[in-house]
Amino acid sequence: MNRETVISVRNLTKKFGGFTAVDNISFDVGKGEIFGFLGANGAGKTTAMRMLCGLSYPTSGTGTVAGFDITRKAEEIKRHIGYMSQKFSLYDQLTVRENLRLFSTVYGMSDAAIKSKTGEIFAQLGMENMADTLVRDIPVGWKQKLAFSAATMHDPDVVFLDEPTGGVDPVTRRKFWELIYRASSGGMTVFVTTHYLDEAEYCNRVLIMVDGCVRALDTPAALKERFGMQTMDEVFRIVAKDAGRAD
Amino acid sequence: MFRTMSIFTSLIKKETLHLLRDWRTLTVVLIMPVVLLLLFGFAISTEVNDIRVVAVVDRHTDVSRLIMERLRVNSYFTFKGEVPFNEVEGMLRRGETDAAVVLRTDGGEIRSQIITDASNTNMAQTSVAYIESVIGGGGDVPVITSTLYNPQLKSAYNFVPGIMGMIFILICAMMTSVSIVSEKETGTMDLLLVSPVRPRTIILGKLVPYFILSCIILSAMLLLSYTVLGLPFSASALNVVWITVLYITFALSLGMLVSTLVSTRVTALIVSGVLFMLPVVMLSGMIFPIENMPLPLQWLSCVIPARWYIAAVRTLMIQQLPASYVLQEVAILLCMTVGVLALAVRNFNSKGLFNNAEHP
Repeated sequence: MNRETVISVRNLTKKFGGFTAVDNISFDVGKGEIFGFLGANGAGKTTAMRMLCGLSYPTSGTGTVAGFDITRKAEEIKRHIGYMSQKFSLYDQLTVRENLRLFSTVYGMSDAAIKSKTGEIFAQLGMENMADTLVRDIPVGWKQKLAFSAATMHDPDVVFLDEPTGGVDPVTRRKFWELIYRASSGGMTVFVTTHYLDEAEYCNRVLIMVDGCVRALDTPAALKERFGMQTMDEVFRIVAKDAGRAD
Repeated sequence: MFRTMSIFTSLIKKETLHLLRDWRTLTVVLIMPVVLLLLFGFAISTEVNDIRVVAVVDRHTDVSRLIMERLRVNSYFTFKGEVPFNEVEGMLRRGETDAAVVLRTDGGEIRSQIITDASNTNMAQTSVAYIESVIGGGGDVPVITSTLYNPQLKSAYNFVPGIMGMIFILICAMMTSVSIVSEKETGTMDLLLVSPVRPRTIILGKLVPYFILSCIILSAMLLLSYTVLGLPFSASALNVVWITVLYITFALSLGMLVSTLVSTRVTALIVSGVLFMLPVVMLSGMIFPIENMPLPLQWLSCVIPARWYIAAVRTLMIQQLPASYVLQEVAILLCMTVGVLALAVRNFNSKGLFNNAEHP
């Protein structure tokens, strides 16, 4: 891999009491890459991601995100990343415009930058007519796109997407991935957790987590070839067949 | 610095918009104190009026006539006339009278007996006291009672401090903790936490709007008390404001402490409702006098901040004494506030707002 490394993780571990949620994982992610983080519910995806975002402190191990140490420079990291939670969290009682404004202010953007960026987003998503609608009144597909836009408004180096397509129909999911591609082609690194295996095909590289450990890490094509399978779904079944924690 | 300020104001603006657009909650919060004040002030009262009373007199004398005349003209009684002794029990049973005064002349001296229906203790005690004062007025030893500070014994006076003690716990402790915890639940708290905003800015942005809301409600309540309810206005009103601001600070710290400890809205509601609201109503002296409680409950009431707040506000608002009379209460409240705030800040610093996030 000749890309510049944006995320680098070594022996990262997180324990909750006697339970090891993330068990000694290591990997690198390059600039502009779409990195898929796969695993069943409870495999430790979200916990691993939260450590990278500075939301959770590792029990042991090290890592850097955008060049900053996750244990010591969490505050610096926060300026260089974007985050979209699995519930497309936005403020329901605020309008679309107010939400975008709030999150861009929080990231320290200037008024002028906010104005032009907001206009750009409305034009790109074709949602000018919804600008002053309360977020609770817009359809879930729009909410999802909006949450993504809010997470990437400040042009972060890396955007973390925690199951960004949960509960959304396939057509909307497909459209959402177009947004991800657009961001990635602009040089943004996309770190995405998912349990939709068809989505794994869209990623540049895929990491499969089972019971807190890294079980496989490669491009979708290479993984399918190695296991002699046609789809990522079949690959995943083989890799995760002995999972103890899946529900 | 400039950025921190603009982030802070945008967080406050966000919270304010949320509050304003949740008009149901806002209406309840704004209307409830007013309704409670008016309800307790006018409709519900612990005063006893129109006590129905009958008299049993075996021989009319000047004294017995005087007593009956007093019962007749006194507005607290409805004098239902003279009845034979054997009818009294039946009348009490059928609820046709509340009390009976029996006057017997024994060797030229009048002896009196009061029979009362004590199925409502409060009413029975009060009517006995009233009747005694009417009868006793004819005795040899004159008793002069003067009720200071609240000469008409208006119960509204008593309830104003109590309602304030309750409402600020409700708004500051309950609403703040529920609103912080609900951001954890919906995930918006995570969005703020992964952003460069400092956690203490997030928390202050949450607390300030509720502080302002409390101040608005405080002004409305004071205005109502001093106008509609007719509490005597004096310079001590300013002291009431100061001590209430202290109490509001306490309640906000409590709300913040709760939000660092629980992770669902329901738990936050239950904790604030059962652990905070109930003691305020039952043990703070708002409704039930602390002096009448069994000793263990009296001790328990000492740890309830509302007890001290209500006592202080009573002293300031009704007795209108200067601030030096509530130093003890203020000192205790101050200690409690510092204690809870320190605990909340410590919890917040060690766990931050992450405790919800610490699930695999």
